[in-house]
Amino acid sequence: MQKIRTPYLLLLPGFAFLFTFFILPIVNLAQTSTQTPISGGDTGQYEQTLRFQNYIDAFIENREQFGRSFVYALIATLLALAISYPLAYAIAFKSGKYKNLFLVLVIAPFFTSFILRTVAWKQILGEEGFVVPTLRTIGIISDSTTLTSTSFAVVMGMTYNFLPFMTLPLYASIDRIDPRTLEASGDLYANGFTTFRKVTLPLSMPGVVAGTLLTFIPAAGDYVNAAILGSPNTKMIGNVIESRYFRIVDYPTAAALSFTLMAAILILVTLYIRKAGTEELV
Amino acid sequence: MSFDASSARGDLILTRITKEYGDFKAVDDLSLTIPKGSFFALLGPSGCGKTTTLRMIAGLEEPTIGSIHLGETDITTTKPYQRPINTVFQNYALFPHLTIFENIAFGLRRRGIKDVDAEVNKVLNLVELPHLAGRKPTQLSGGQQQRIALARAIVNRPALLLLDEPLGALDLKLRRQMQIELKWIQKEVGLTFVHVTHDQEEAMTMADTIAVMNEGKIEQMGSPADLYDNPETAFVANFLGQSNLIKGTITGNDGDSIIADLYGQKISLPKNRSHAVDNSMYAGIRPEKFRISLLDTPVSGNVLTGGRIEDVSYIGVSTQYQVEMPWGQELMVFEQNDDGVAPFNKGDAVNISWAPVFTFALRGDEDITAGSEVTPEDLDEE
Repeated sequence: MQKIRTPYLLLLPGFAFLFTFFILPIVNLAQTSTQTPISGGDTGQYEQTLRFQNYIDAFIENREQFGRSFVYALIATLLALAISYPLAYAIAFKSGKYKNLFLVLVIAPFFTSFILRTVAWKQILGEEGFVVPTLRTIGIISDSTTLTSTSFAVVMGMTYNFLPFMTLPLYASIDRIDPRTLEASGDLYANGFTTFRKVTLPLSMPGVVAGTLLTFIPAAGDYVNAAILGSPNTKMIGNVIESRYFRIVDYPTAAALSFTLMAAILILVTLYIRKAGTEELV
Repeated sequence: MSFDASSARGDLILTRITKEYGDFKAVDDLSLTIPKGSFFALLGPSGCGKTTTLRMIAGLEEPTIGSIHLGETDITTTKPYQRPINTVFQNYALFPHLTIFENIAFGLRRRGIKDVDAEVNKVLNLVELPHLAGRKPTQLSGGQQQRIALARAIVNRPALLLLDEPLGALDLKLRRQMQIELKWIQKEVGLTFVHVTHDQEEAMTMADTIAVMNEGKIEQMGSPADLYDNPETAFVANFLGQSNLIKGTITGNDGDSIIADLYGQKISLPKNRSHAVDNSMYAGIRPEKFRISLLDTPVSGNVLTGGRIEDVSYIGVSTQYQVEMPWGQELMVFEQNDDGVAPFNKGDAVNISWAPVFTFALRGDEDITAGSEVTPEDLDEE
C-alpha cells in the first residue's frame, strides 16, 4: 500500500501548484474568450454568451500579426541554431579545461534583466551605437537607413535573447556524444563533412529539437522585443494581446487570441516533433 | 598529399616512430614490421605507448617523427578515412542511432557500394548474429556488441585490422571464448590483425608474434613461446608469466653450455639463452619448470640444495610452493598434481631441480622487479 501511495504523494505539490496557477486560469481564460460586452455596461464588463465568433473575428482582424509572429520566430530560431551549433560543438569538444567557464559565459546574460538587455540593443543599433556608423562607412547601408524600429532589430533582439535556450540543450546533447563514435566514423571511410552529416548531427538531434522548441515557442509569443525594438509596423501577436488586455480592456478578444496562439504553436510543434522523429533517438 | 592510399596492401612498416605530448615521450624511436596476414600483438602495461602506436597506425594521431608505410605506400600523414585500415575500438564505439545492419553497412556505403545486403549478411553470419540486424546497439549485450564492432570492421576487408583492447570490457569466461573465436575469424578471413592488450594471456593465446612494449619502446619481440621460454629482459620475464630470478656469476663454458655459480652451487644453461653481457648475471627459471624432491631422492640436471618449504597452496590442477633457499630468497614452484606423489608439507627440507635447457640468463645489472609490480588488471589506458 505504502509503495503505491508514495509516487502520488510526490506528485501532489506539483499538481496542486499547476492546478491553482495554470489549470484554473486556463479555464477562466476559456470562459472569458466567448464573452460579449454587457449592453449598457461599463468598459471591461462582460457576460458569458458563448460567442465563438469571437475567435474568428479576432483571427481575421489580426492575421497579419499572427503571420509576422511566426515568421519572426522562425527566422530568430534558425539564426540562433546557426550561431549556437558551432558554439555548443566547440564548448563540448574543443574547450578542454575551460568548458565550465564557457558554459557560465553562455548563461551570464541571465544575470541582467531581460528588459534591460533588450533596451541595450536599442542603443547598440541606434545612431550613437557602433553598428550603424560602421555599416555606413563600409557602405552596406545608406546614410538615410536606420536600424532601430525595424523588423531587423526585432529579430536580432529575439535571436540574442533566446540564444542560451538554444545553446544549452544543444551543448547537453553534443557533449553526450562519445568522441570515439566520431573516430569510428573517420575510421570507416567518412570524411569530416560526412561524419557530421551521418553521425554528429543525428546524434545531436534531441538537442536540436529541444533547442528549437525552447526558442521558437517563447519567440512566437514574445512581445517585449517588438515593443522595445520595433515599430507599429513590426507588431507581433503578443503585442496585440498585451494591448487588448491592458489598454483596450477587450478581454474576450485577448483571450481568444491567446487560445488561437496556443493552438497554433501546439499544432506546429506536434508536426515538427513527428517529422524530427525524436523518439527514434537514444 | 592526394594519392590514393586506400588500395595499399602489404606489410606494415613503422620506421623510427616517436610521439611526444609536450615533454612526455609516449612512443620512443620505435621501428617495427608487421608481416601481411599475421596476428600481431602489442603487449604492455598501461602507459607503455601501445595504444598511441595503434592510433598512429589508424591515423587518429600523427607521429612527431618517423614514418609509417603499408607495403610501398607512405601513409604517415593520410587521414583515417583514406587508409585501408579499420579499428575495433575499446568500447566498440557503435553508432547508437543506427541499426546493427546500418552500423555494419556504414563503411561499405561510405565507399559508394550500393548493394550492401550480401556483404553485411555474410559477416553477420560469420559472427553468428544474423537475427540482430534490425536492433539498435543499446539492445545488445557486451559480447554481442563486441562481435558487431568486429563485423563492422572486417566487412570492409581492410589491409589491416586494429583491435584496441577489444575484449577488455567482457567477463573472463566470455573473453576466453572470444579469444578463440577471434583467432578463428582471423584465419578464416586472412586479414592482418594488430591487437593491443595489457593481458599477457590474451596475447599469448591469439597472436603469432608479440611485441612487448615498455616506456614507449619494444622490449622484445617474438613468438609467444620465444618470449616465455627465452626472455631477454627482467621486464619481459616478469610481465609474461612469473619468473624466479637468482643472482649468480658466470664461471665458464662447456661446449654449448655456460656454467654459472648461484650462491656456491653450480648450474649450467644453454649459451643461446644467456643475455648476460659480463660475468654477473641473473639465472631465470619459470616456477613450473622446477621439481621438488626430498633430500635423499637422487635427481639429475641442475640442482639447488638446502631448501625448506615455507608455504603450500593447493589450487586443484597444481600445487604452489614457496621454498626458502639458504641465501634467504623464496623461490616459487608449481607442481602438477598428476603423478600421484604425495604433496610436500610445510617445513620439509628439500632440493630443487630442473632441466638445464629451461634456464635463461639476464644481465646482472637488471632491476629484477621490473614488470612485476604492474598488475595486468590495471585497466586504465594512457
